[in-house]
Amino acid sequence: MLTDSDLQALWLTVRLAGIVTLILLLVGTPIAWWLARTKTWWKGPIGAVVALPLVLPPSVLGFYLLLAMGPNGPVGQLTQALGIGPLPFTFWGLVIASVFYSLPFMVQPLQTAFEAVGDRPLEVAATLRASPLDAFFTVAVPLAAPGFLTASILTFAHTVGEFGVVLMIGGNLPGATRVASVQIYDHVEALEYMQAHRLAAVMLLFSFLVLLALYAWRPNPKKGG
Amino acid sequence: MAGIDACFRLDWPGFSLDVDLKLPGRGVTALFGHSGSGKTTLLRCIAGLERAPQGRLAVDGELWQDAGRWVPTHKRPIGYVFQEASLFAHLTVMGNLRYGMKRNSEAQRVSLDHAIELLGIGHLLDRKPDRLSGGERQRVGIARALAVSPRLLLMDEPLAALDLKRKQEILPYLERLHDELDIPVLYVSHSPDEVARLADYLVAMEGGRVLASGPLAETLARLDLPIRLGEDAGAILDGTVSEVDRKWHLVRVDFDGGSLWARDQGLSVGRRVRVRVLARDVSLASEPGVSSIQNVLRGKVDAIGDDEHPGLALVRVQVGPSVLLARLTKRAAAALAIIQGRDTWVQVKSVALLE
Repeated sequence: MLTDSDLQALWLTVRLAGIVTLILLLVGTPIAWWLARTKTWWKGPIGAVVALPLVLPPSVLGFYLLLAMGPNGPVGQLTQALGIGPLPFTFWGLVIASVFYSLPFMVQPLQTAFEAVGDRPLEVAATLRASPLDAFFTVAVPLAAPGFLTASILTFAHTVGEFGVVLMIGGNLPGATRVASVQIYDHVEALEYMQAHRLAAVMLLFSFLVLLALYAWRPNPKKGG
Repeated sequence: MAGIDACFRLDWPGFSLDVDLKLPGRGVTALFGHSGSGKTTLLRCIAGLERAPQGRLAVDGELWQDAGRWVPTHKRPIGYVFQEASLFAHLTVMGNLRYGMKRNSEAQRVSLDHAIELLGIGHLLDRKPDRLSGGERQRVGIARALAVSPRLLLMDEPLAALDLKRKQEILPYLERLHDELDIPVLYVSHSPDEVARLADYLVAMEGGRVLASGPLAETLARLDLPIRLGEDAGAILDGTVSEVDRKWHLVRVDFDGGSLWARDQGLSVGRRVRVRVLARDVSLASEPGVSSIQNVLRGKVDAIGDDEHPGLALVRVQVGPSVLLARLTKRAAAALAIIQGRDTWVQVKSVALLE
């Protein structure tokens, strides 16, 4: 069966993906809201930046993040000044890198969901005495709930599947940065094909179940009241 | 300082709004015009959903907008009914009704129970909006707007998205609002029929400008207005049921200056009714004569104006203090020698009772 280090890698992967999803729910929601509602010229450039991780090779993203978080990078100097130390090759460095890497998977479904909600329900809320913030939480968020679910599942799954960024930023430290995808790579390098098979099968099953959940459970588009 | 004092100017590509209005602080004021006339934009400006760069708005002496002041929509004591009911899909009917009520800090002028009862939606409270018919949804939308106890109710074509049957279903509720609640209503509509039934005061709009505004009967009877009512041109009379003729199924309605017979719709004596007389149903005669027409009144020609077709004339006839409009061909007007100030018999072929 799976070895202890396999289980450790899986647990680390789940922890990483869970934390990244939570952070992105907090960070990605305002970005998606802004992108869905703004009429300014900035919508295009910001939208493009958010989408960059979709097309960039993970190694390129990892490379820049490594430079930024390294001892001489701006982020690295900040974290050192704050006494946290350099972030590369730590779990939290991996979290920050993954937040960038998975950003579009959170923002884009949310943006689509917010756009589908439209102006009208918010106007209605305003005529019913709800302040904009009140209306956001009591009308926009509940109406966009399916979008939140889709975005969270995609973000979680995408973070589980990352490899290139992990290698650049996280390296291969057991319990800190050695996630499942890296563990499989290690098994293959060491010619432990049986181990690689087992872990790979777990990943395959997980990915399939996630996508099954996403595609099979499609709520009917809400009919407007 | 009761009433609404509204002055807005805005320029959009292809549309501009330029209005300066004083509206009564009670009763139903219809904002009437074709699509693109700016009536909905005006209503949205009053609600604060649209912000005219140059504008001034005072309601009952309270300033909502001017150069240095802007009260956001959620702080205006209004109720707003949208064209599509726009209910919150994630809430039940009751959740929708309570949404605004919970947030309203002003005195409760309309109780939730009263709003539910007025609109007849008591049996729907636990349903989600997608389980309601179009007419039911709109009734919930109206009740939801009432439940915030608005000091001003704004209605943007609440019936336009409904078919004739649903309209007939909702109109009686709107009339009850009119009769039972002392809340001023601004009612946007492009339907002359709805305006005739519901309004007390009329603002006619075209191309973002106000063509005319004034009390309904008076404004409808103006001949100088380019209000293109066409077949719907007519006069409004407010009267009282004074007699019920059971044998012939007719009722007599007395108005200021005369009386008219109309079909009995089960109204009892003493009931206040509004009567609509279309210009095409009125003809003029120099002798009373014998005809199938039962309603014959004595009147005096007050003014003659052009109708839309060059062969037709609209004649305004004074019957006591009330006025009726008659549509005649210009040839008939010439043959009868109809001129201003001349006494005439007015034959009314058909009368619509609007409860």
